[in-house]
Amino acid sequence: MGKCFKKIYRHVASLVIGGTGLILLLPALATAAGGGNIDMMVIVADTRGLPLFESWWANLYNESHVYFTVVTVILIPLIGVIFGTIADFFMKLIGLDLEHRELSEH
Amino acid sequence: MEWLYVLMPIAGVKIFWPGLIILGIGVGVIGGFFGMGGAWMVTPGLNILGFPMAFAIGTDIAHMAGKSLISTMRHGKFGNVDYKLGFIMLVGTIVGFEIGAQMVMWMERLGNVEKVVRYIYLVLLVLIAWMVFHDVLKKRQKDRAAIKAGKEVDALSTGIEWHKTLHKLKIPPMVHLNVAGIYCSAWLPIFVSFLTGWLAGILGIGGGLIRMPALIYFIGCPTHVAVGTDLFEVMISGLYGAATYSFKGRIELVAAIIMLMGAAIGAQIGSVATKYIKGYGIRIAFGLAVIGCALSILMKFIGKWYPAYGTLMDDSATVLILGLVSALSLYIILAFIKGAKAELARKNVTA
Repeated sequence: MGKCFKKIYRHVASLVIGGTGLILLLPALATAAGGGNIDMMVIVADTRGLPLFESWWANLYNESHVYFTVVTVILIPLIGVIFGTIADFFMKLIGLDLEHRELSEH
Repeated sequence: MEWLYVLMPIAGVKIFWPGLIILGIGVGVIGGFFGMGGAWMVTPGLNILGFPMAFAIGTDIAHMAGKSLISTMRHGKFGNVDYKLGFIMLVGTIVGFEIGAQMVMWMERLGNVEKVVRYIYLVLLVLIAWMVFHDVLKKRQKDRAAIKAGKEVDALSTGIEWHKTLHKLKIPPMVHLNVAGIYCSAWLPIFVSFLTGWLAGILGIGGGLIRMPALIYFIGCPTHVAVGTDLFEVMISGLYGAATYSFKGRIELVAAIIMLMGAAIGAQIGSVATKYIKGYGIRIAFGLAVIGCALSILMKFIGKWYPAYGTLMDDSATVLILGLVSALSLYIILAFIKGAKAELARKNVTA
């Protein structure tokens, strides 16, 4: 009986996890983290007189929000890791132990 | 002084970049210390720096994802992140958030929802502040009683112990959350995250402010693990939000990158500072931050009730939020410096 229950619960758990994955993949439902409605007006970036990188970036924004999204989502964690590693390096340079925490209490 | 301003290619406005770095440091310190995204601090800050509101929220979320990643990396190395718990909670958070967001849209069709949302937010913040300080007082009472009885004060004791009752619910499947040191039904974190996600969806916030105390008081996480695990959640929801907002064209990546430069330093300071401050110290500081946040909302309410003081109250609320960010950042930075000095001194003695 217990095994049967465990099996059912495992199925339910996989269903919930699978369902969540599906929700994640549905862009129409993607309203999390900050939420709220955003006006549907179209904003076009003015690329005149921008330097090379910024001009490419603004053009990417104007041409395709899909590519813009893909590049943004790749760049943010990448830059986070780079900056985090640099800051880590300087913290270690001070001589702090960045691997252990001695205090153990609630 | 033209060099102090940088042109945002998408929004088309020139922004004072040292202001972005300072904001990044402040919110990085607080986020890394308390385990939250801090949208309630950044959005008004960005707005003051001259960002159009349409871009302020998206840019904030984009930087939040990167900043939380840095903090999660650091907390992960300290052993403060329970990834298993984080993944389980992600299920409830996302489902709850979607339902909350859909409910807001449904309520919007019925009438003015903004007022109701603000009331709920205010009540919730008061409740969280009460929970934190009630817990602190109870813990002090217990410690005093132990000293009176001639016993040693238990470092692992807590004031509020609701989680112990909740752990008695043995609904399978049961899970061992080794980092948090918890054995409970998997449905407990799923249900708690669903509830916090639902509230975050209704309130239109990231949810760190609600999830951190929920992890402590309902699931029973030690404070440091609650901070680390919450940051892991914020990182994933931030990335998800960044994808959403960039798809809608409301992100200014240049500003997010500049803020990340400051946040990288701030997040490291905030995360490492948790090494030197006891769990209850973090809880008290968190409680004060919640009180400040509640007061700022109350000021906005007063501005609405008495329109003659509307501008004054709105400005005062912004000043309060920014003052709170500065004061808390200063407290954490000083704790970090003091702790680091003591650690280096100890190292020198043993060397």
